[in-house]
Amino acid sequence: MTSHATGAPATARRRDARNRGRRRWAYAFVLPQLVLVAAFTLYPIVMTHVYSLYEWPGFGPLDRFVGLRNFARLIGDELFWNAFQKSFVFMAGTVALQLPLALFIAILLNSERLYGRNVYRTLFFIPVVTTSAVIGIVMRSIFASHDGLVNNGLLLLGLIDRPIRWLSQGDTAMLALVLVASWKWLGIKMIMWLAGLQSLPVELYDAAKVDGANYWQTFRHITVPLLVPVGVVVLLFSMVDALTAFDLIFTMTEGGPGFATEFMELYIYRYAFTSFAGGLPQLGYASAAGVFFGITVFLISLALSLLARRVSRLRR
Amino acid sequence: MTPRGLLRQLPLQAILAITALIWVFPFIWMVSSSFKTNREFLSAGLDLIPQQLRTENYVRAWEVANFSQYFQNSVIVTITTVTIVVVISALTGYALARVEFPGKRPLIVVYAATLFIPKGYTIIPVYQLIRELGLLNTLPGLILAEAGAAPVLFALLFMAHFSGIPQELDEAAELDGASFGQTFVHVMLPLAKPMIATTIVLQFMWTWNSFFTPLVLTLNNPDLRTLTVGMYAFVGEYNTDWTGLTAAALISIVPVLVLFLALQRFFIAGLTGSVKS
Repeated sequence: MTSHATGAPATARRRDARNRGRRRWAYAFVLPQLVLVAAFTLYPIVMTHVYSLYEWPGFGPLDRFVGLRNFARLIGDELFWNAFQKSFVFMAGTVALQLPLALFIAILLNSERLYGRNVYRTLFFIPVVTTSAVIGIVMRSIFASHDGLVNNGLLLLGLIDRPIRWLSQGDTAMLALVLVASWKWLGIKMIMWLAGLQSLPVELYDAAKVDGANYWQTFRHITVPLLVPVGVVVLLFSMVDALTAFDLIFTMTEGGPGFATEFMELYIYRYAFTSFAGGLPQLGYASAAGVFFGITVFLISLALSLLARRVSRLRR
Repeated sequence: MTPRGLLRQLPLQAILAITALIWVFPFIWMVSSSFKTNREFLSAGLDLIPQQLRTENYVRAWEVANFSQYFQNSVIVTITTVTIVVVISALTGYALARVEFPGKRPLIVVYAATLFIPKGYTIIPVYQLIRELGLLNTLPGLILAEAGAAPVLFALLFMAHFSGIPQELDEAAELDGASFGQTFVHVMLPLAKPMIATTIVLQFMWTWNSFFTPLVLTLNNPDLRTLTVGMYAFVGEYNTDWTGLTAAALISIVPVLVLFLALQRFFIAGLTGSVKS
């Protein structure tokens, strides 16, 4: 600084000038991201709601206001409820498979003396970082009925005596998707559980040992209750992940066979970007489906976050 | 590691080794298939060792199936997007951490709320917006959409990071005559290297792996396909070329895999960081 302070008012003036300057800098700093977020996150949210009230093929003027009629049509559409239900079956399947298995592996990996622990952690995490769309396509080949890797393996082990037509039957296609999705995203849940396990207080375990508790008792009465808050977060992530797993499903089954694995996002895609049903794309209708689905996911996330907060407060 | 300790771990090691093998087996199978001929592939059953190391599948994918072009597109889109995201997130994070300005609270609240919005649900207006900007079927359009959809989570993580650095450092720099911008570039950014690395690896993974946005935005121009969209098109065009497909798949996956293996620590840090918030 070049000038010396001459008195209180001058200092105050200078501080004001400095603050004004800093505020101007701050606005300049937040502006670039604010523009992008406004354009590509906030504006789309608003517009999806607006489009949902119109009948609109995605081009031309937005002038056929239909009120809530898109929503009425949605509720009356069997395929919509099919997609809604399929999304939740898939979600329940992946959550039920991933959460316990990831916890089990995390517990095995939690011991510090375990030889090769970082190597194992890396191996389990590899599928997470690989490209879903590519994995989906490769899995078509792995689950192929004729000479696919899965069928060959099961035949070799004698678990089946003739190849399963995995992707051409509804139930097995769903099962294949659940297996692949669980395989792919288990790593994230494992890392979350591990973080939770490592935050548990060591003193409690020492005390339990002194009291003569065995491994199972310690697990049941100390580990499980203390892990509940982490568990709720893992659950939240798994559910939202499963509901938004478009890439994998689109590339592996494309919603088929028939509509057996057509989840919500595929339903929306079909109406928005293809000329399904022999006509023009129906962006207004697809937006209504998007709004409905978005609100559902939002409510689930919100409920679980509130639950997580509640649980962690109760623990304290 | 004492011999007795290792022996006691044996059952545990067996369980883990078998499970881990199942976990990476699809990748081992992909590598093996990518060196086989299509005929060998169909008759091999579970035999993993190719008769000889053929590279023709890679050559075919790279040259005939146009993966050289797709690879180049993916590199351009990913590197540009990651750069934009790192810069804007760091700028926002610093301003939020250091300056009290009107509108700051609402901004943070709105940003935090966007974390709950599922992607895909907003693709329709994004498509419209890019079209209206005249950027449909162009790489800048795709980059803009990818950068715009990047999670504001990074800005919030940068904010937390900068808040943890003592304010005296900035004040000292300013006493030396540095402006707010200079302080940020020369003093604060170097201190945020771990956060920058975390942002780079996570955003790289998201952009490189992104499928829906490039699919929708490059629907009418095959020359602009990224690797993911190219893979999808490949199945439609060469649907019996299984070994070419695995070679193409490996070309698409290897860069992100290498990045992960090299910067694993920042990956895990970023994920645990995002869970906490």
